[in-house]
Amino acid sequence: MSTDTLDAPVVETVKMNGLQAINAALMEAMEADPKVLVLGEDIADNEGGGVVGVTRGLSTKFGTMRVRSTPISEQAIIGAAIGAAMGGYKPVAEIMLMNFTTVAMDMIVNHAAKLRFMSGGQSQVPMVIRTLTGAGNQTAGQHADFYEAWFCHTAGIKVVIPWTPADFKGLYLSAIQDPDPVIIVESGKTLFVPMDVPVGQGPIPLGKANVVAPGSDITIVSYGQMMFTVMQAYEELTKAGVSVEVVDLRTISPWDKETVLASAGKTGRLLVVHEAGRNFGPGAEIAATVQEALFGKLKAPVGRLGAPYCSVPFAKKLEDAFLVQPPEIIAEAQRLVAMG
Amino acid sequence: MSEILENRATPDAKTQLDIYRRMIRIERNDDATRTQIRRGRITAPYYSARGQECIPSAISVLLNNDDKICTIYRGIHDMVAKDMPLRPLWAEICGRVDGTCKGKGGPMHLTHPETGVMVTTGIVGSSMPIANGFGWAALLDGTKQVTVAYFGDGASNIGAFHEALNLASVWKLPVIFVCQNNGFAEHTRYENGTSVDQISKRAIGYGMPGYTVDGNDPVDVYAHAHAAIARARAGEGPTLLECKTFRFMGHVFGDADGYMTKEEKAEAMAKDPLPIYRQKLIDDGIATAEELDALTAKIEAEVNDAIEFAMACEYPSDDELRRDVFAEEIPA
Repeated sequence: MSTDTLDAPVVETVKMNGLQAINAALMEAMEADPKVLVLGEDIADNEGGGVVGVTRGLSTKFGTMRVRSTPISEQAIIGAAIGAAMGGYKPVAEIMLMNFTTVAMDMIVNHAAKLRFMSGGQSQVPMVIRTLTGAGNQTAGQHADFYEAWFCHTAGIKVVIPWTPADFKGLYLSAIQDPDPVIIVESGKTLFVPMDVPVGQGPIPLGKANVVAPGSDITIVSYGQMMFTVMQAYEELTKAGVSVEVVDLRTISPWDKETVLASAGKTGRLLVVHEAGRNFGPGAEIAATVQEALFGKLKAPVGRLGAPYCSVPFAKKLEDAFLVQPPEIIAEAQRLVAMG
Repeated sequence: MSEILENRATPDAKTQLDIYRRMIRIERNDDATRTQIRRGRITAPYYSARGQECIPSAISVLLNNDDKICTIYRGIHDMVAKDMPLRPLWAEICGRVDGTCKGKGGPMHLTHPETGVMVTTGIVGSSMPIANGFGWAALLDGTKQVTVAYFGDGASNIGAFHEALNLASVWKLPVIFVCQNNGFAEHTRYENGTSVDQISKRAIGYGMPGYTVDGNDPVDVYAHAHAAIARARAGEGPTLLECKTFRFMGHVFGDADGYMTKEEKAEAMAKDPLPIYRQKLIDDGIATAEELDALTAKIEAEVNDAIEFAMACEYPSDDELRRDVFAEEIPA
């Protein structure tokens, strides 16, 4: 499935997975700008180039002063990134897994996100936090959570969760040059599934959603590895004669209200699907916003699918039940379409 | 009190006078802040550092304008010692738009890069990990800049302290960790919260030099800061300085300080570093009483000017709420 819009010009593409795309983005950014730094646990080549190899080759090419492996000290990692960012650099700090951001929350929430505001605009903290998460690999409750809602609720930090390798490349290039802190979540499968990436993929603006497939009966908004699930449901729904417009949000905060409202306004129905818990999840914010803006114009209430109110389970059977599956999306979409 | 350093540096007469100038500037500013709060002219939480004047004063004379400090909510004395101008400082304390942070930070969170005041944090222990980042940037820039991370004794029990010292040591960062040990973590007595009798001993665990210094003796602080800063500028890495002192005004201004005994407070105040140092300068023939009085009067005038300037400033307009969240303004 191509993610190009229908009228996009034909471009030369190359197959790569998310991991390779991020690596390419980091390489390119570090080559172009000597202020770009990378730090995190095990990220230099001596330590393996990152837990899944995203940073492989960087320290060999740019040296260990710019590509620094750190102790297992998440507060120290984010603190060093904040200071370096305020000192004129553009650090990309890896927190190996999103669950481990919890041990650096003071640095992220009280400092990285707030220093510009609290200093009256004097301090700039142009840093990127890279982190990996996602259920589906039987890593259970402390290695697989989606906590984007926490960060979206904190003013001053942007939250990006790409799906395709092309988006990883483009969004990383933008995030690294962004004057504000950005957290990018690399969710499970998105790192490992090869897809087409335009040769020379340039920056993709933060805060812009991607209309992946046009449709007229219902809009489905999702992001990250849940997009794979949504696309399976999309194929089935299409076969069943339901015309679905699929929107990949890409940036969760600030999110692209314009694109989502335009799409929901056109189809009259919206279903938000995410891996994060349904309770207080990003879907709640999107649903509320859309219903405020389009009350009376919608043909059905906004639907939301997300994880149940529990931790990520270990047992495969439970993990499958925890994750939203294509049949749930199909059933919910059909229910909403049948409502009016 | 501290171990004898080889080639112990001593401040010359001019530097000693400069240390005193900074101490008086802190003391007069602190006194004025408490007076303004007491009179109801300003409403702000205030963490007086009265009694701790000597520490940042004896360190700041060794710092350049582009050397950086990361300090904490009880840190206005650190900024005043670093020669932050008092007008924007007071405007910030008063929450006015001409303040260092347009009134959006307040007395616990001032920032003034021009004088090297990079971060003031209200979260105990958070000055240290961020100071490391400035140290890393200085190494990459190839400058000899140093960063001083100020914190209190309570902060040495927070994880961030341990993570930061470990990283600074592994990376040989030009950072000086300065603990202003006033004997109390908020209301908790030192020995009830800290496992070692000297915080400087913790340096051993992180492979860096650690010294316990008489924080009320400018000459002792100067000597140790001199060694630490020289070490940092030479690329040899961080140092932990524990400067022992006492805070005279409790944790937050207005608290009952019932956790201190009257005797220990009286004893500490009898050892107030200011009059003792003043007498030393006179005895050593560095300045006359009249010269020191004239200096105090000049500083008082500077403080009063800053207060009246701040009181006359406007409050920030409500549209500041949408500004500085991100680089681009958030649409209304």
